[in-house]
Amino acid sequence: MLAYLIRRTAYGFVTVLGVLALLFALFFLYATPQDIARRAVGEKAPPEVLQRWISNHGYDRPRVWNPGNFGDTLLADHFRRMLSFDFGRSDADDTPIVDRLRRGVGPSLCVTLPLFAAGLVIGVGLSLLVAYFRETYIDRMGVVLCVLGMSVSILLYIIGGQYLFGKLLRWFPLSGFDPDPLLIPRFLAIPWLVGLFAGLGGEVRFYRTVFLEETGRDYVRTARAKGCGDARIMTRHVLRNALIPILTQVVVAIPFLFTGAILTESFFSIPGLGSITVDAIHANDFATLRVMVYIGSLAFVAGQIATDVSYTLVDPRVRLE
Amino acid sequence: MLEPHVWSNLLVLVLVSGAILAGLAARRSDLWRDAARGLVRRRPLALAVVGVYVGVALLDSVAWVGGGGADSPGADRLARHEARSAIDRLFPLDFGERSYSAPLAAVEFYGAAPLHHPGRHLLGTDILGRDVVHQTLKGARVALLIGGLTSLIAIPLALLFGVAAGYYGGRVDDAVFFVISVLASIPSLLLLIVLIMVMGRGSVQVCIALGITGWVGFCRLVRGETLKLRELDYVQAARALGAGDRRILLHHVVPNLLHLVVITFVLTFSGLVLSEATLSWLGIGIQGSWGQMIDQARDELSREPVVWWSLGAAATALFGLILAVNFVGDAVRDVLDPRTLRERR
Repeated sequence: MLAYLIRRTAYGFVTVLGVLALLFALFFLYATPQDIARRAVGEKAPPEVLQRWISNHGYDRPRVWNPGNFGDTLLADHFRRMLSFDFGRSDADDTPIVDRLRRGVGPSLCVTLPLFAAGLVIGVGLSLLVAYFRETYIDRMGVVLCVLGMSVSILLYIIGGQYLFGKLLRWFPLSGFDPDPLLIPRFLAIPWLVGLFAGLGGEVRFYRTVFLEETGRDYVRTARAKGCGDARIMTRHVLRNALIPILTQVVVAIPFLFTGAILTESFFSIPGLGSITVDAIHANDFATLRVMVYIGSLAFVAGQIATDVSYTLVDPRVRLE
Repeated sequence: MLEPHVWSNLLVLVLVSGAILAGLAARRSDLWRDAARGLVRRRPLALAVVGVYVGVALLDSVAWVGGGGADSPGADRLARHEARSAIDRLFPLDFGERSYSAPLAAVEFYGAAPLHHPGRHLLGTDILGRDVVHQTLKGARVALLIGGLTSLIAIPLALLFGVAAGYYGGRVDDAVFFVISVLASIPSLLLLIVLIMVMGRGSVQVCIALGITGWVGFCRLVRGETLKLRELDYVQAARALGAGDRRILLHHVVPNLLHLVVITFVLTFSGLVLSEATLSWLGIGIQGSWGQMIDQARDELSREPVVWWSLGAAATALFGLILAVNFVGDAVRDVLDPRTLRERR
C-alpha cells in the first residue's frame, strides 16, 4: 500500500512536471515574450516601451539555454517558481498572484463545495429512483428529461436562473458576494441552483446506466429470492456495488466543477478563482492564466490519487500494489 | 490566392461528394446498411431536424458574387463585389435598420423611429439593427463547422496515437499514455482558454484548441479497444498466416474501430458546440455563432420591457440542434454498439 502510494504520487508528480513543460512550450516558445508584451502594451506602443515592459516583468533573459549561467533562464525560472509556489506578479496590474489566489479560494470553495455535495446526493438519489422504476414510463420519462436537460447550454441556465429567481420572483439578490457567513447562502443561492440543475441531467443519466448494469447481476436475483424488498436491494446491494464507477465519475467531475465555477462566478460577480481567470482572459494576463492551469491540474492529480486510495475503502477486492 | 467564398464552395463540394461516396461504400456492407436502417426507424424526427440544420448550413456555405437584391445605391455597389451565400440572398442586402425592434414591429424599440422595413422582421432586430432570423440561420453553419472541423482534427489524431499505443505497446504506449495523462489532468475549459489565448482568437484557432482538448478521451478509448482486438483470434490467425503489422492494422484493427469513430463523432458533437458557446461567453469564441448571440443578449433581459427575441432565437436554435444530435447519438450507439460504450456515458 505504502509502496503503491509512493509510486502513484511519483507518477502524479511527473504528470505535473509534464503540465509545466507544456505550459512553458505554450507561453514561452510558441508565444514569445515579445508577443505577450505586445498584447499587454498594445500594438502601437513604441519599441522602448515594449522593451521596458519585457525587462520589468523579467522576460528578457535567455529562454532555454544560457551558456554563462545555467540556472538563469526562463525555463529554469518557470519550473523553480511554480514548484515552490512563488508565482510572482500579475502581467496585467503587477499585484502578487499569490495574494489574489488567497483571496479567491474562499469564495470559490463556498460556491463549489456545497454544490458538489448536494449534486452528488441528489444525482445519485434521483438516479436510484429512476433505476428503481426501470422499464416503466417513469424511467423513460426520466431519460427524456435528462437528455432535455443536457441539451440546454449552461449559459441559458445562468441567464434563466438569474432572471427567474432574481428578477421575476425576487427571492435572492441578482449578483454579488458577502464574506459574512450568514449572508453567503443568500448571495450564492442562485449560483447553487443553477449549478445543480445544469449538471443534473448528465449525472442522473450516467448513474442510471451504472445502476442498471448492477441490477442485472446475479446477487440481485439472489437477494430477491431471499425475500429482500426492492427498496432495500437498491440501497443496500446495488448502491454499494455501484460505488466504484460513481467514485471515478466524482473525480472526473472535479475539473468540471472548477470550469462551471468559472462561468457562474464571473456572471454573478463572485470574487473567486473563476472570476480571476475571466479577468485574466480579458486583461491578457498570461502569468495568472499559467498559475490557474497549474493549480487546476494539481487539484486534478491530487483528486485522482485520492480516488485510487478510496477504491480500497469501498471495495475490499481492490488491493493497491 | 482564391477568395474565401471559393474555398467555402469547394469545401461544400468535397463534403457532399465525400458523403455520397461514403454512403455508396456503406451500402455494400451489411453492418452499415442495417445500422442506417435501424437509425431511420428509431429516430426519424431527430434525423430530419439534423438534416434541416445541415441543409441550412450547406446553403449558407455556397456563396457567389453579384446578383441583385439591393435597394439603395451604396448597397448596390456592395452587392456587386461581395460574395453572398444562398441564405444571405433570402434577405435584402442591407435592411438599413439601426437599432432594436420587436418582432414584426413597425417602429424601433427605442424612440419609436419608423423602420425601413416595417413588419418584415419576423424575430425583430438586434442592437445593431441586424435581422435576428438571418443571424440565427447563419449560426447553423458556424455550429456545424465547429463540430465538423474539430472532429477532422481530433479523430485522426486519436486514431493514430491510440492504435499505435494499443498495438505496439511498450515505449510507444508509455509515451502516448503520458501525453494523454498530462492533457487530461488540465481542466478542459482552462486548457481551451490557454490554447486560444496563446494562438490568438479566431475560428480556426478555436477548432484547433477544441480538437487538442477533445482527442484525449477518444484516444484512450481507441487504445483500450486496440489492446483487446490485438489479442483476438482472427488477428492471431492473420499473424500466423504471415501478415505484416501494416496489413493487420489496416485490414483487421482499424475497420473494427470504425463504428467507435462514428459513435464518438456523434456523441461528442453536441459537447463541442456547447463548449464553443461557453467560449463565446468568455469572449474567445467564433464570430457569428449562437454562443456569441447569447453572449451579446445577456444584458438585454434587464431592459424594460424585456428584449427576448435575440436570446430566444439563438437559444432555441442551439437547443434544437443539440437535442436532435443527442437523440441521434443515442440511437447510433444503440444501433452500432450495444455493449462497449454503454457504461462510459
